[in-house]
Amino acid sequence: MNDVPTNAWEAMARGPRRFLGSSWPWRSWGYVASGALLALPMLLLNTWLSGHDAVSVYVMTGVGLLLVNVVIAIPLAAVERRRLRLVDREPVHSPHPCLSGTGVQHWLWTRLREAATWREFSYAVAFTIVLPFIDLGVMVLVAVLLYIPVAPLAELFLDTGSLKFGLPITSVTGKILAALASVALVPPVAYLISVVAAGQAEFARMLLGPKGVELSSQVHELTRSRTRLVDAFEAERRRIERDLHDGAQQRLVTLIMTLGVAELELAAADGEGPRLVGTARREAEGVLAELRELIRGIHPQVLTDRGIVEAVMELADRCPIPVSVDITLSERLKPGIEAVAYFAVSEALANVVKHSQAERVRVAGRRDGDRLALTISDDGVGGADPTAGSGLQGLADRVAVVGGRLTLISPYGGPTHLLVELPCHALGSG
Amino acid sequence: MSRPRLRIVLAEDAVLLREGLIELLGRFGHQVVAAVDDAEGLLTAVDETRPDVVVTDVRMPPGFTDEGLQAAVALRDRYSEVGILVLTQYVATAYAFELLESGVRCGGGLGYMLKDRVGAVTEFIGAVERIADGGTVIDPDVVRQLLRRQQKNHPVDRLTLREREVLALMAEGRNNAAIAAELGVSQAAVAKNIGNVFVKLNLSEASGHRRVLAVLSYLRR
Repeated sequence: MNDVPTNAWEAMARGPRRFLGSSWPWRSWGYVASGALLALPMLLLNTWLSGHDAVSVYVMTGVGLLLVNVVIAIPLAAVERRRLRLVDREPVHSPHPCLSGTGVQHWLWTRLREAATWREFSYAVAFTIVLPFIDLGVMVLVAVLLYIPVAPLAELFLDTGSLKFGLPITSVTGKILAALASVALVPPVAYLISVVAAGQAEFARMLLGPKGVELSSQVHELTRSRTRLVDAFEAERRRIERDLHDGAQQRLVTLIMTLGVAELELAAADGEGPRLVGTARREAEGVLAELRELIRGIHPQVLTDRGIVEAVMELADRCPIPVSVDITLSERLKPGIEAVAYFAVSEALANVVKHSQAERVRVAGRRDGDRLALTISDDGVGGADPTAGSGLQGLADRVAVVGGRLTLISPYGGPTHLLVELPCHALGSG
Repeated sequence: MSRPRLRIVLAEDAVLLREGLIELLGRFGHQVVAAVDDAEGLLTAVDETRPDVVVTDVRMPPGFTDEGLQAAVALRDRYSEVGILVLTQYVATAYAFELLESGVRCGGGLGYMLKDRVGAVTEFIGAVERIADGGTVIDPDVVRQLLRRQQKNHPVDRLTLREREVLALMAEGRNNAAIAAELGVSQAAVAKNIGNVFVKLNLSEASGHRRVLAVLSYLRR
């Protein structure tokens, strides 16, 4: 286990040397010590209570504590989820889904009906009544354990008063040896604290984190936000393409035309002028051609205007290796899906050209129910490794975002088949 | 300039480019009788002025997709004698086909070119004039792309290398004399090659505009 441990259990599992040298015992100590802090006000409350012997006071205090816990349950849980980071690197997310409305009443009504709120309440009760005393107990125990061997030595210098632990050591050497022995106690103490901290952390995680349905609703929300992000990304690509088309491209064309006219005017002139203007025009044409290639990579116009089949034909035309295209689609697909399909073929062909040494490529596409299956097959050397470059991984990510799947079959010696499956609801069918 | 002055309708939504094109065409003795910035305006202008040639952009208001191309196809149906040159920032064979298919039905000239070509001023004006004469001019980029298109058992595959070269030059709108000059052969040889192309592509006199059909067949493979 070479990775950084994510919680105290994992840290302890890495063996005593690495564990004791790490920050984990200290983190655990911090967690337990901060938990013990609450014990002090609770002890004060207890002292105050012991001054009254009426049952009603006890009942009232108990009820009051419960009420306070109801009120603080949610904010306390939020704080505790943060404190948990001390001993658990993996964040615990809030189990509460985002609210659909606003207003205190709406908030209260929604939260009171959530199971998560009541789990947080039970944690709050444990946190105020049980946990601080466990923590305090452990802290005291640790202090005592570490003090006992030191005590005989300390008595020489300090007036320890009633704090005597009765170790019958009288010789100075014996006292020093005993004090040194306390060093040997440090490791078990570190383990003790870490075990307590880890156990409490697990308890907190169990009660404060999302469960079952809450978790799946979070996944759902995450998926939706990811889809929204991709849609926004796609819209942005189109906007950039449009801006470049209306701006830089048009101006470059105008520039090229002006240079062309200048070239014509200077045709009869002496000197370097005509040649230089000619060079400038070809430069500008080169820039325009590069810009066009860039735009093609961002979002090709034919994809917007004519859809995936024509756009793939276009890719095939531009590919230096002969590509046969066989895609049957009766209708246009959603823009987002079309874009992913286009970039899948584009990326696949680029890979074939770069790595496969293939002589022929075939791009086939079929609609199978509500899935579009695209296959890009080549007769090259095979052995394509999805982990080698960022290309295939990026493609797999793009496909996954829209709920699709990417399968690569590429044995050494070839042939290579890349299968891209995309959900395809036709345009208009939702 | 020995050739007659052409009357041209220009549709282009980028102001600077539109003004530049008007000046450029004027410099060669041609007159832009109407300059508009959208497809709607183009159709009206052609209705009113009956030009020799229409020069139009593809992407124009309001939708900024392929309005110019659609207008061009519509104009082919309405005025078969008007030559049409479609200029674009982005050549795609799909658009070329749509345009050329509209060309089969009538005799008017047709062109599909990258906007970049306006920089080679004399060639550009030459293309406009060829289109006015009923020629077909396809951007070399499109032709190059289509040369790569692979399909088996296509009639064009039966052509010899020389016949294919001739056909490629035909697609660029060259006449027999220009093709002969380009390939360094006699015009008679070019005519013979073209005859062979027509035969191999099964194009009889009755099929219609055989040069356009041959080019179309070549582009479609």
